[in-house]
Amino acid sequence: MYEHLETAEQTENLKRVVVDPVSRVEGHGKVTLLLDENNKVQQARLHIVEFRGFERFIQGRPYWELPVLVQRLCGICPVSHHLAAAKAIDQLVGIDPENLPVSADKLRRLLHFGQVMQSHALHFFHLSSPDLLFGFESDIGKRNIIAVLTDYPDIGLQGVKLRKYGQEVIRMVSGKRIHGTGAIAGGMNKSLTKAERDYLLEDIDQMITWAAGSVALIKKVHCSNLPYYDDFATIRTNYLGLTKPDGALELYHGGIRAKNVEGETILDHFDYCNYNDIIHEEVRSWTYMKFPYLLSLGKEDGWYRVGPLARVNNCDYINTPLAEAARVEFKAHTGEAMVHSTLAFHWTRLIEVLHCAESIKELLHDPDIMGHDLVAQGERRFEGIGVIEAPRGTLFHHYQVDENDIVTKANLIVSTTSNNMAMNESVRQVAAEYLSGRELTEPLLNNLEVAIRAYDPCLSCATHAVGKMPLQLELVDAQGQLIDKLIKHDDGQIERDSQF
Amino acid sequence: MVKPILLFGYGNLSRGDDALGPLFLEYVESHFDLTNIDLLTDFQLQIEHALDLENRQLVLFIDASVACVNAFDFSELTPAKDDSYTTHAMSPAAVLAVYQSIKKQSPPPCFLLAIKGESFDLGEGMSVNAESNLSAACQFVKQLLDSPRLYAWRDFINV
Repeated sequence: MYEHLETAEQTENLKRVVVDPVSRVEGHGKVTLLLDENNKVQQARLHIVEFRGFERFIQGRPYWELPVLVQRLCGICPVSHHLAAAKAIDQLVGIDPENLPVSADKLRRLLHFGQVMQSHALHFFHLSSPDLLFGFESDIGKRNIIAVLTDYPDIGLQGVKLRKYGQEVIRMVSGKRIHGTGAIAGGMNKSLTKAERDYLLEDIDQMITWAAGSVALIKKVHCSNLPYYDDFATIRTNYLGLTKPDGALELYHGGIRAKNVEGETILDHFDYCNYNDIIHEEVRSWTYMKFPYLLSLGKEDGWYRVGPLARVNNCDYINTPLAEAARVEFKAHTGEAMVHSTLAFHWTRLIEVLHCAESIKELLHDPDIMGHDLVAQGERRFEGIGVIEAPRGTLFHHYQVDENDIVTKANLIVSTTSNNMAMNESVRQVAAEYLSGRELTEPLLNNLEVAIRAYDPCLSCATHAVGKMPLQLELVDAQGQLIDKLIKHDDGQIERDSQF
Repeated sequence: MVKPILLFGYGNLSRGDDALGPLFLEYVESHFDLTNIDLLTDFQLQIEHALDLENRQLVLFIDASVACVNAFDFSELTPAKDDSYTTHAMSPAAVLAVYQSIKKQSPPPCFLLAIKGESFDLGEGMSVNAESNLSAACQFVKQLLDSPRLYAWRDFINV
């Protein structure tokens, strides 16, 4: 591992290079490198905007507002927050997952499959395919969706339409593409009409075909340069996520399973309501972002990865045929029990898109999604915990309320926090193995962003005011003098600061 | 069947002045006849929104902006391959460029109503200045919707 590059011993005479912000990820993050006089990397860190405001945003509000309120935490996966909050407040009205009405359970799953599908499609086709199709160090002018649409029009268009279809599933189930109120405490507030069901059925076979094609594409890309893809940004880690009781891939509800580097089970079928007994979060002085770890393994060895790579690594099988065939092929490609390649996040992400498309079709043919028994209620409680597999990984929502139904305590562990240590390690691996000793250029620095982007991190939420977020690269010499500065403007133009 | 005019206000209601776009739509919804107008809202613009432009005669994007010259700036958009395609949130011009790439034709006439905002933190209410700017923009939209024609809208451009 590369933890020795987390903190340099002597920083006085080191050059500092900043990649700020990291592009094609959600929110604002930056990478700082400290280099010696020979451009050898001595320290590499990923800094992420903290999510600390979330809990304060939620506390003091009535619990029934939560499914709508928490959607505004994130413009990228509002449905995941919506459903995690809904699962938590189900418990506040006395409903555990097994007691949710069947129709409500299936509608929530349909909603979630739509969400995961559109999120993954956006990430692969829009944000990552430019790197994968044109090369990590290709001209910056090529690394964008427009170039993909120009050079690979079929692939680009499929990405747009897969994304759109996922959004349409969300719109049909929740009433709106965003700000929908589909899930409520103890159930759902509407079922699907026959017209809505038929509308979604019209295109689902096409979506499955395209999703299968995208799996074939990423397999071809990955295997075209297997040693490189299996090495780049790769770290050997533990993995954590939900699985079904029989070990199948699960995105909506299940027990926690964790496996180690060798694929040995650390824990299985663990009730997520007791997550505090197994997961702790470490604080480090140089960042506000926490570092979660499995208590049983300790701070040094207990950190883990979540998300599609973790889920596909952890599960015993996938319960839809095409995705299962793709999983078997994926797992076989290294011959190891676990696949540790960081770039394999892309491959597994697309296997999940295929699984979502197949699952959506299955649910659309299930009459329960048009049922009218949608809400259940039990005995009032004052604490609720909802956990879901969001597109980027395991998402925890934990609330306590008082007798007036007001939220008094909220704790969220978002998937990007769980991947914090791993992303830092991947950045350090790339810095040490691919950058160290070389003269740094923008294409070379893109390698760092490629490593981070593989995790599809959600670094903050949906503020997007016009005129924000320029990119600056600063190079400081061994005496601390600024010797070069590149600025990337909002219109994509890159210029060297006039003083250099 | 899509309606000929699309008003697309985007932003996050819980992030202070970022709510300007969605709140503008709420005003339109309660004050105007929507027979020929579709209203669409989202947190931010993305690639699939290019498909929402299909078969429109006029499109108005409404967004909060820290770069506004006036209380609100009204401008015509052209497709542009700008830097926003490298983020999860695209600019309207980049969405138009995606449309052009997908459809192999020019997008319908599209305009941007940027309303000046200044504060965007999670959980914040709208700033006093932004409320005033929203009010001015809401007065302005009456002129636009009373004259839903390309050349009439071009006459209203103020930046």
